Amino acid sequence: MSLQDKDRIFTNLYGYQPWNLKAAQARGDWDNTKKILAKGKDAIIDEIKASGLRGRGGAGFPTGLKWSFMPKESKDGRPSFLVINADESEPGSCKDREIIRHDPHKLIEGALVAGFAMGARAAYIYIRGEYIREAQVLEAAVQEAYAAGLIGKNACKSGYDFDVFVHRGAGAYICGEETAMIESIEGKKGQPRLKPPFPAGAGLYGCPTTVNNVESIAVAPTIIRRGASWFSSFGRDNNKGTKLFQISGHVNKPCVVEEAMSIPFSELIEKHCGGITGGKDNLLAVIPGGSSVPLVPAAQIWDAPMDFDGLRDVGSGLGTAAVIVMDKSTDIVRAISRLSYFYKHESCGQCTPCREGTGWMWRVMERLRTGDADVGEIDMLWDVTKQVEGHTICALGDAAAWPIQGLIRHFRPELERRIADNVREAAE
Amino acid sequence: MADRHLEPDTPELRARWGTFAWTKENAAKVKEIIARYPAGRQRSAVMPLLDLAQRQVGAETNTQGWLPLPVMEYVATQLEMPIIRVVEVATFYFMYNLVPVGKFHVQVCGTTPCMLRGSDAIMAACKKRGMEKGHTTEDGLWTLTEVECMGNCASAPMVQINDDNYEDLTAERLDAVLDALAAGKMPKAGTQEPGRHTVEPLGGPTSLKDMVKANHDYRKEW
Repeated sequence: MSLQDKDRIFTNLYGYQPWNLKAAQARGDWDNTKKILAKGKDAIIDEIKASGLRGRGGAGFPTGLKWSFMPKESKDGRPSFLVINADESEPGSCKDREIIRHDPHKLIEGALVAGFAMGARAAYIYIRGEYIREAQVLEAAVQEAYAAGLIGKNACKSGYDFDVFVHRGAGAYICGEETAMIESIEGKKGQPRLKPPFPAGAGLYGCPTTVNNVESIAVAPTIIRRGASWFSSFGRDNNKGTKLFQISGHVNKPCVVEEAMSIPFSELIEKHCGGITGGKDNLLAVIPGGSSVPLVPAAQIWDAPMDFDGLRDVGSGLGTAAVIVMDKSTDIVRAISRLSYFYKHESCGQCTPCREGTGWMWRVMERLRTGDADVGEIDMLWDVTKQVEGHTICALGDAAAWPIQGLIRHFRPELERRIADNVREAAE
Repeated sequence: MADRHLEPDTPELRARWGTFAWTKENAAKVKEIIARYPAGRQRSAVMPLLDLAQRQVGAETNTQGWLPLPVMEYVATQLEMPIIRVVEVATFYFMYNLVPVGKFHVQVCGTTPCMLRGSDAIMAACKKRGMEKGHTTEDGLWTLTEVECMGNCASAPMVQINDDNYEDLTAERLDAVLDALAAGKMPKAGTQEPGRHTVEPLGGPTSLKDMVKANHDYRKEW
């Protein structure tokens, strides 16, 4: 059974209605938030744990568990912070933008609920610099919430003081990595930190910090209101809830849509996207979770459930649920090579395997695209991806390696064909 | 990492920008921005202040704005930071322009989701109008940059021009936007697809149809 409108969390996803406080309250946001806080920290964290919510930013770590890592009380006077990751920059991802510009109060209310549950003094919402109009909406919504007494001193008359600040980035993909984000808020280059210490021990300004994705935070109030069992009634075990899917590329109607987790790929595409351009048989491959996950060939993706485990089983991942669809007109080598360029451009330069490797991999990818390579270089490229993967401080190195590995795994004959064609043309 | 360089530190540059100071309005904003961070952590304000400075330079030069070295020094002094730490930030983040740009900074997204939807044609349309990647046209109107994913993938291809996004583009639709900007008009931002509101499926939403006409409250159906 497919998801009904009454069970959708982001009801103003498309922005047909105003984002402002009055309209948001009429849709159910900020409805007796005091009562939610009155349940107490542990009850809120337990409810989120029971709901099965897993982080919506890509890694899929259980959200309630993450919150529980924060110190229950400060033993040394250090405050705790919540940092909300709105640095949405993963190619294919465009869901947090819709939450922020059309339903910002869900995020701000979620910030209070989550911040209260983990004992945070304030939330910093780190929004990517390119979301200029979106940041203006968010800042205005935060002002509305302050003016109405929903955040700030004695937030929602709960007796809890909680501030929300908006911090704008300035165009660096790497700041989506949690410790790079913390560095960036501290006014530095966004270069990831070595872990440990983990942010929950020493994060922003050396204080306990939790970094959560926008969607993970924004769904929290609705989960508490409707109960963990409501949220966990959607999706397969270990993959619970509803999710914003973002479908781009070669479908007839690209869109962002909230659906139940584990919806089959075919249903998602047929129901909301008007099908694959040129029909089902014209599908070549899909990148199902944003640019960092390996592509999946048409035959394997069609019936796959769109969730963490279902996509892992086909050698890929759910990531941010950014579904990039490619039909048979796609130059698949170029499509992946363009992602290699992206990672080369966005490498922060801190770790040698990534700084040097991303440029190296992109240059080889370009030669494979034009066929100006030796067949042996395919294996060499594979080896290099394996030398980058797992040998860097953060996951950007992995993210640069995986799309190439997916290409070689599934499209090696195409790579070899281009090289052979090139050799033959040169001979003629 | 991409190649980025600072505008040379010349006497002319010093003469033009050495006296940079916040406007009254911006000085008030600066105070409010620094107050967002804990006492002693004013360095956190470096990014918003550089953005504000770039905008002020933009207003003074009728361009998108950029960051001359003396302006960075001004920010460094205010935040009690060594200048090199400010330069590090300015060179690390791509939205800070390190050299002068035109009135309109045309940033064409060329990453795979936009590429699949035809960003090649968008880039070609820009070049056809005399723009060149990494350069400003002689009339000072346009600076062209190819940027990485801007997060508008469900309404691709797109360009960001200064503060606004123009989505669901074709070469013709882009031309219409650029013509309007050149004529001093404010073209409608967002999707350029007739009949599309934002990122719903073209032709109307497949979910949440009740929201189109009214601010529907679904709680009654829970």
